[in-house]
Amino acid sequence: MSQSPTPRSLVGGAPQATYVLRFDGRELTAQAGQSIAAVLWAAGILAWRTTRQGGAPRGAFCGIGSCHDCLVTVNGRPNQRACLVPARPGDTVTTQEGTGHATPEPGR
Amino acid sequence: MDVVIIGAGVVGAATAYYAARSGLSVAVVDRGPVAGGTTGAGEGNLLVSDKEAGPELDLALLSAGLWRELAAVLPQEIEYEAKGGLVVAPDEASLAALRTFADGQREAGVEAVEAGAGELRDLEPHLAPGPVGAFLYPQDAQVQPAQAAARLLAASGASVHLGQEVTEILTGPAGVRGVRTPGGALLAPAVVNAAGTWGGRIAELAGVTLPVLPRRGFVLVTEPLPQLVRHKVYAADYISDVASGSAALQSSAVVEGTPAGPVLIGATRERVGFDRSLSVEALRRLATQAAALFPVLARARVLRTYHGFRPYLPDHLPAIGPDPRIPGLLHACGHEGAGIGLAPATGVLIAAALAGAQPPLSPAPFRPDRFAEDPR
Repeated sequence: MSQSPTPRSLVGGAPQATYVLRFDGRELTAQAGQSIAAVLWAAGILAWRTTRQGGAPRGAFCGIGSCHDCLVTVNGRPNQRACLVPARPGDTVTTQEGTGHATPEPGR
Repeated sequence: MDVVIIGAGVVGAATAYYAARSGLSVAVVDRGPVAGGTTGAGEGNLLVSDKEAGPELDLALLSAGLWRELAAVLPQEIEYEAKGGLVVAPDEASLAALRTFADGQREAGVEAVEAGAGELRDLEPHLAPGPVGAFLYPQDAQVQPAQAAARLLAASGASVHLGQEVTEILTGPAGVRGVRTPGGALLAPAVVNAAGTWGGRIAELAGVTLPVLPRRGFVLVTEPLPQLVRHKVYAADYISDVASGSAALQSSAVVEGTPAGPVLIGATRERVGFDRSLSVEALRRLATQAAALFPVLARARVLRTYHGFRPYLPDHLPAIGPDPRIPGLLHACGHEGAGIGLAPATGVLIAAALAGAQPPLSPAPFRPDRFAEDPR
């Protein structure tokens, strides 16, 4: 089966730059301008969060910032929308479980 | 058809529910979707705590019992939570005022329990130190308002006509005959104006005046968080804001968790007409006050904000009942920020009026014609 053409291959484009980010300890190659969701998808990763009730897997759904399904922890900060946040060199992305927040101690 | 209800918000839905249960054939018509106006912009407060002894509190207490019954029969998606309210007093003067306020409420049937400063840590572990005391109101509860309206409407079995704006109230020699919409006429000998903040316009279509005004409110929605806030928590000055007639921006944060995780922070009040523009000042004040009550929220991200228009009548009471100026026209609107809570009792009063039955409490304080002389 021959590879179907992509918009980029049709115009002979090449990424301006590539760099590395980490997802749960894995090194992934990102291209300049990609969202974090795009980087994860390109690596074949479709789920990067578990739901607050039931722990079901979630990834990108709407892809345009509306549905909040693709929340993920980026550089330690939970609840980032993977479809909107641009991938930056050296980012550390981790699977988000539940709210992504530990329950704080009382009085804090 | 026995009755046409204008408005598919929570008041229209509850009215449809109780009217249908009394054996009437009901149609509901709305220019938009279910809960597309003020209902969908609310927090789902079912409060007795913020109401002083009087007719509105009686209505709220009747409604509190009805919501408990509804929670047992409606789907769990309405997210009914009997979580209780906690009104926090920042100083001795406000605690003394709260005591007097609560004494009056208790005589009307409200449960109000004073909690000392030492008990607050157990009631709300993340509350900032400082308050000298608080009152716990176990009867305060919460629903997801859009779900509550939709499930009530579905349970009513009413025929529902959405996206149909009423353009005319049809009348004849005997009074009301129905309504006209672009989709055709809906004929019935009774029409209920449950159009919320837009109830004044429906009254105008019928040729009577009802001075419903919009009072804008903003709500902040945080990212989903672990359970931090157990009750509906607000500072004592919220009560005076609710009762105020001022047009200026007022804010006193009401903070509550939701089953889905986000914390809701309401609610500002200001009279600026139907101005939908974003007020950064209103949002800033809400965020500041919420973080003052719960310092842990200072580190929480706000995901979004929404706002709506409470239907405000000059004396802060809703208009509920038949309009003596036009036989067959009834009003069920003007509930200001309490419409979700007061909806079931409103529905019961309207259903009783339609059936000629004895209402469970006197509707006299809510007479729709109490504001002005009939101009004709």
